[in-house]
Amino acid sequence: MNNRLGAEKRIVITGVGLTAPNGNNLNEFRKNLLLGKSGVQKFETRYVGEVLAGVCNFNVLKYQKKKELRRGTRAGSIAIYCCQEACNDAEINLESIDRSRIGVYLGVTEHGNVETENEIYNISKYDYDTKFWSHHHNPRTVANNPAGEVTLNMKITGPHYTIGAACAAGNMGVIQGIQMLRLGEVDLALAGGVSESIHTFGIFASFKSEGALAEHDDPTKASRPFDKNRNGIVCAEGGGVYILERLSDAKKRGAKIYGEIVGYATNSDAFDFILPEPGRQAECMRLALKKSGLKPSDINILNTHATATQVGDIQECKAIRDVFGKEKSVWINNTKSFIGHTMGAAGTLELSGNLPAFEDGLVHQTLNLDELDPECHLENIVAGKPKQLGSVDYIMNNSFGMFGINSVLIVKRHAI
Amino acid sequence: MTRDEVRQAIIDILEDIAPDEDVSSIKDDAILREQIDLDSMDFLDIVMELRKRFNIEVPESDYQELASMDSCIQYLQPLLKDRQLAS
Repeated sequence: MNNRLGAEKRIVITGVGLTAPNGNNLNEFRKNLLLGKSGVQKFETRYVGEVLAGVCNFNVLKYQKKKELRRGTRAGSIAIYCCQEACNDAEINLESIDRSRIGVYLGVTEHGNVETENEIYNISKYDYDTKFWSHHHNPRTVANNPAGEVTLNMKITGPHYTIGAACAAGNMGVIQGIQMLRLGEVDLALAGGVSESIHTFGIFASFKSEGALAEHDDPTKASRPFDKNRNGIVCAEGGGVYILERLSDAKKRGAKIYGEIVGYATNSDAFDFILPEPGRQAECMRLALKKSGLKPSDINILNTHATATQVGDIQECKAIRDVFGKEKSVWINNTKSFIGHTMGAAGTLELSGNLPAFEDGLVHQTLNLDELDPECHLENIVAGKPKQLGSVDYIMNNSFGMFGINSVLIVKRHAI
Repeated sequence: MTRDEVRQAIIDILEDIAPDEDVSSIKDDAILREQIDLDSMDFLDIVMELRKRFNIEVPESDYQELASMDSCIQYLQPLLKDRQLAS
């Protein structure tokens, strides 16, 4: 279908900015994915104590002053770092372009929990007297905070907002960016997702109460999607932001093109608060293929959503078997096995780690897949070491979230 | 607290509120906002820190008393006369 679209409707990725628990730019991230290097570590969290988490260590002062850091949020800081890095990567000079034509669309799983917990902890030291509650609380917790901090930092005067979409949010940020570019609302989109979730004790405590928080003596082995001995999610922070442009604009300025987003889809399970529904997930993948004008055998890499929960992994595998059957040309991997679940950032971040496959032909492995759960059987899961395919033309990226929000992106190698 | 100790208490707060600024160069008789980057939210932070550190309530009608270092000291010293500077 996309080949029938004019260049002014075709959307390409021309910049990547990211921070992951095992890398603070695409090269470092990709290198560590190919080397099998995990980013999961022990992490102390309020009330819950020691947990396992994916923790980022990017230089927070690279693009922000200390005062901005003090006033803002971790999500805002991650967003600023990723957006600035994406602009640098795309060789966009903000001084020379119309910043009212840039849109900032960032997916978040949740926002405000970290800041609210911090304030309650703060006033607990003053006998819960609310006169000690910070005047910074409201600007820190408004839902648009991470995207808003980006506009202040980068002096972007176009539209900004976050897209609340549970763990599908990273992909949803990209989908929003695509739509706004096609509508002509903006000329350049900073689109993706961010997560500061490891700084709220509530997310750990809630997953623990649900029986879905990963435990392992060796932190690097805790995140084990599809493995028989998986025991839950490793929460992580992170961010992944793309520069999205219309192909016509990207060509005009001679931009480096990572790939073209030829298809996307999003739908809803309408089934349960937390349990996934493979029938709707399969529908979502099929819808993305249809929009792309592709058949399942065209996909070379399928980056899965699987979070290493007992039920979730099995359900996604059912959906994949339903769509791809015994198709042997599709190679399947999982990025959460390295970095844990980066929540709102997961979609974009995990897709980012696979984009270099268009150049090097490699599928990064799924870490910690020592004994495949028979219920997670798929034809070609890449485990143990990266798989050399020679050439990669299409990557599909799945991201699903609570309340049965499903999202799928399909990216095509850009033929020069 | 002595005058110098009150001044130090204010400097300690400003160092936290305006971490990018060089507070050692502040002239006591000049307006603070003309010397370092402080906006209205920062002033609310100063008020909050006085509340947290010294249990001092600065009513909004007195905010202008915090305009310069000299006026801060003049306003706060009577309120802090029986207090010790935290070590």
